[in-house]
Amino acid sequence: MTDPEPRSGLARRVVSTITGAVATILAASFVIFAGLSAAPGDPVAQILGAKATDQARAAMRRRLGLDDPFLERYWHWLTGAVHGDFGVSLTSRQAVTDLVVPRLATTFLLVVMAALLVVVVGIGVGVIGGVSTRGRAVVSTLVGLGIAVPGFVAANALIGVFAVRLGWFPTYGSGDGLIDRIWHLTLPAIALSIGYGAYVSQLTSTAVAEESEKEYVVTAHGRGVPASVVLRHHTLRNAAMPVLTASGLAVAGLVAGTVIVEQIFAVDGVGALLIRSISSKDYPVVTAVSLIIVTVFVVVTTAIDLVQVALDPRERAKS
Amino acid sequence: MAVPWGAVGDLTRRRFAALGDPALVVSAVAAGLLTLLAVIGPWIAPYSPDATDVLSASQGPSAQHLLGTDSLGRDICSRALAGARLSFAGPAMIVLISTVLGTALAIFSAWHGGWVDRMANRFLNVMFSVPGILVAVLSSAVFGAGFWAPVLALGVVYTPYMARVVRSLAIRERHQGYVESLQLATMSSWRIGLRHLTPNVMPIVVAQATYGFGSALADFAAVSFIGLGIQPPEAEWGVMVSDGRSELLNGAIQQTLVAGTLIVITVIAFNVLGAQLSARSGGRR
Amino acid sequence: MTPAPLLNMRDLHVHVRHRGTRRTLVRDVSLNVDTAESVGLVGESGSGKSMSIKAATRLLPSGATAEGHVAFEDRDVLTLGRRDLARYRSRDVGLIHQDPRAHINPTRTIGQFVTEGVVHTGQMTRDEAIQRATGLMAEVGITDAHRRMAQFPHQLSGGLLQRVMIVAALLPSPRLIFADEPTTALDVTVQSDVMAILLDQIRDRQVSLLFVSHDLDLAAAVTDRLAVMYAGTIVETGTSADICERPLHPYTAGLLQSRPSTSEVRRPTAIPGRPLAAYEVDEGCPFAPRCSFATDRCHTERPDHTLIEGRSVACHRVEEIADQLQERAT
Repeated sequence: MTDPEPRSGLARRVVSTITGAVATILAASFVIFAGLSAAPGDPVAQILGAKATDQARAAMRRRLGLDDPFLERYWHWLTGAVHGDFGVSLTSRQAVTDLVVPRLATTFLLVVMAALLVVVVGIGVGVIGGVSTRGRAVVSTLVGLGIAVPGFVAANALIGVFAVRLGWFPTYGSGDGLIDRIWHLTLPAIALSIGYGAYVSQLTSTAVAEESEKEYVVTAHGRGVPASVVLRHHTLRNAAMPVLTASGLAVAGLVAGTVIVEQIFAVDGVGALLIRSISSKDYPVVTAVSLIIVTVFVVVTTAIDLVQVALDPRERAKS
Repeated sequence: MAVPWGAVGDLTRRRFAALGDPALVVSAVAAGLLTLLAVIGPWIAPYSPDATDVLSASQGPSAQHLLGTDSLGRDICSRALAGARLSFAGPAMIVLISTVLGTALAIFSAWHGGWVDRMANRFLNVMFSVPGILVAVLSSAVFGAGFWAPVLALGVVYTPYMARVVRSLAIRERHQGYVESLQLATMSSWRIGLRHLTPNVMPIVVAQATYGFGSALADFAAVSFIGLGIQPPEAEWGVMVSDGRSELLNGAIQQTLVAGTLIVITVIAFNVLGAQLSARSGGRR
Repeated sequence: MTPAPLLNMRDLHVHVRHRGTRRTLVRDVSLNVDTAESVGLVGESGSGKSMSIKAATRLLPSGATAEGHVAFEDRDVLTLGRRDLARYRSRDVGLIHQDPRAHINPTRTIGQFVTEGVVHTGQMTRDEAIQRATGLMAEVGITDAHRRMAQFPHQLSGGLLQRVMIVAALLPSPRLIFADEPTTALDVTVQSDVMAILLDQIRDRQVSLLFVSHDLDLAAAVTDRLAVMYAGTIVETGTSADICERPLHPYTAGLLQSRPSTSEVRRPTAIPGRPLAAYEVDEGCPFAPRCSFATDRCHTERPDHTLIEGRSVACHRVEEIADQLQERAT
C-alpha cells in the first residue's frame, strides 16, 4: 500500500482552497452591495440637501449612475474596488479610499498588538497548563473568566481600573507618533485579546495535554529520548496543528472585534469609521469598509487552511 | 470580541458541562430568578426608568436609590429592572428564530439526505465562519437601528449552531427502525417529521436554546452598546453600559458596574445551564 | 552456580488510582528471563500481562504505581535515577508494541522515527544510525529501504510498519526485547511473516525476549519457557513444551481445551464465566469461581506457588488433580 508522492494532490488542494476563497469574497461583495443598495435613504438628498431642484437631482442621479441597472452598478463598483476606487463619501465628499487608508494603519496596528497578545500569552499560558497538572487548574479558571465575560464589559472594566483609577493609560484616542500610538492602543489591544486569548489558551492546554498522552510520545520516552526533545519533536509539533488553527481563527475574530473596541476607546480606525458611516447612512463608505473587513477575514482563514495543508503530511494525501 | 461563536462556544459548553450537579441547580435558580425579574421588573421598580432628577445625578448607592443614579438622575435599579425586559426580549426572539429555522433546516436536510444534505452542510459551514457582530452591524445599516435589525441578523447567525446539533441527532434518528417502518406504512414525511422525529429531538434543542440565549444576550447587548440596537433613552443593559461610559470617565462607576455585572451573571447562568442540560440530554458535540 | 538472570521480576505489584479507590492490576508477579532466552507471558485481557511489561520499563500510565522489584542485571529498574533510566531504556532493552500505527508519530518520517532513539541518546551519529538502520531494514525484508526512510507512516502497511518497529527496537543492540502482542494488530496473512522475522533476529543476535500474548499456541511455539497469567497473578510456569503437553493448573488446561482442534472434529469447550481482573477478585484463589476442581479451601485461601515436576504452579490441589487434568486435555 504505497502511494506515489501526491504532488499533484497538494497543488490541487491549494488551488481549490484559493478559488474557494476568491469565490467567497465575490459572493460576499455581492451580498453586501445588494443589501446596502436596498437600504433606506436617498444618497442624492444627502449630497444635495433638501432644497435642490429636480434638475440638479436628476443630474446628480446620472452622475452617480443611480439609474443604471443593478448589475451594471455592481460591476462598476466591483471593478472600481479592485483598482482601489470605492467612490465618494456622501457625507464628506472625499474619496472613500482617502478616508479608509489612514485608518487602516491604525486598525492594523491594533490588530497586530492584540494578535501578539493572543498568540504569545495565549499559547504560552496554554503550554504551561498542558504540561503541568498543577498549572492546568489555574489556567482553567483564568480561561473560564476570560471566555464568559463579554468583551465590551471587560473593556469598560479595564478603562475604569487602569485608565481612570490608576491613570496608567489614556482613556481614549489613538495618539500621534508610533510610541504614543502604541501606548494609546495598549488597553484596547488587551480588551480585544482577552476573549480570544482565553480561547487559544484553553485549546492549547487541551492539545498539549492530549498529545502528552499519545502512544508515540510514550514510545519516545520509552526509548530513553530526553524529555525536552520529546516535547519539541513530538508533543509541541503535533499540538501545533490545532493550536495554529485556533490562533488563526482568533486572529480572524480579532478583525471583527475591532469594530466594537474602536468604538469603546474612541480609536479612529476602520471599525469606528464603519459605525460612524452606518449612523450617518454613508453607504459608499459602509460597503467599502465591509468588503475590506470580509476580505481580510477570508484571507486569514484561507491562510490557516493552507498552512494546515502544508504542515500535515496526511492532509497532503487527501485531495 | 469575546463572542462565543464557532468553536469557542463548543469549548465553553464542554467546560461548563463538566461542572456537575451543583452547577445545574445554581445556574437553573439563577436563570429562573433573572427571567422572573425581567418579566415583573417594571412592576417592582421603585421609580420610573425614565424619571430624571438632575439634582441627584451620578450618585452612589443610598437609601433612596439602592444602586445609585446615572448622569441624568435616573434610578439605576429601576432602569436595570426595566431594561431587563428588552435585554431578555432580544435574545428570546433570536433564540426563537434560530431554533425554528435551524430545526427546520436540520430535519429537512437530514430527512432528504444525499446531495441536499451535503449542500446544506456546506452552507452551514460557511455561515459558521462569519462573525456574528459584523452581520448584526451590517443589518442595522440596512434596516435601521432598533430592536428588529439586530434580532433578525443574530437569529440568522445563530441558526447554524442549532441546525448542526439537531442535524446530527436527526440523522441518527432517521435511520432508526421505527422511522423506516413508519415509512413503509406510507405515513407522509411531514407527519413522521412532526410527530416522531421532533419530540425525540426536543431535549437537546431546549439545551442548545438555553445555551444560545446566554450568548445572544451578550451579542444583543453589544450591538445596543455601540448604538446600533436599542437606542437611548430606552432602558436596556447594553445601553446602560454605554451610558455609563461617560460617567466612568468622571469616576462614577455605578451604572457600568450594575449593568455589566448583570450581563455577566446572566450570560454565565444561561451558558452553564445550557451546557448542563446538554450533557444530560445525551447530546454529543 | 547458575548465572544471575538478565531480568528478574520479584513480587511485582501494580495498582492504579481510580476515582479515589485503589485497584490492583498485578499482584505478586515473579518472573525471570535469562540471557538469550525467550519467555512467554500468556493471559487473556485484564490478566495484567501488559501492565507487567509497562512496569518493567516504567512506562505505566499516570495514576498507576508499581511496587516490588524489577532487576535488570542486578540493578533495580524501579528505583533508577533519570540518567540511568535513560540508559536502560535506550541501550539495554527494546520495546515492540502492539499497534505500530499508534506508536509512530504520523507527522514525522520513518527515518526520523527509527533513528531518534539512538541519535538523541548519543549512541550514534545521524549518519551512522541511518546506515545501520537501512542495513537492518534490508535484513527484515523491507525493500528499497532508502525510499522508505523518507516516507511517512500512512504510506506503509501495518506489516511494514511493524517491521520498522522491530528495526527501531534492534538498532541500539539491546540485550532484552519486550514484545507486547506484536502481531495481534496485523492481518492474519502477515502475522507469521513478521513473527518469523522477529524470531530470526532474536536468535541471530542472542537477544532475550519477553513475549506477551493472549495466544497460548503462538507463545508456546516461539518461546522456551512460558508463564500463564490470570487475574493479575502468575498461575503456572514451565517450559513451553511441558505446559502444552501436560498442563498442571486448571486454567491452563482450560485454555488448551478451548482451542479448536486441528486433528479431530470436536466442539471446543469454553471455560465457564469470564476472565477477571485482579481487583475483581476477593480472597482465595482467583480462578476458584470458574474452576471445576475448586474446594472450600480454594475459595478462602490463596494458593502459594508449589514446585512440582520442575515447574511452579499456584494451585492447592495440583498433585491430586494432575492426572485428571491430563485426561481432560487429551
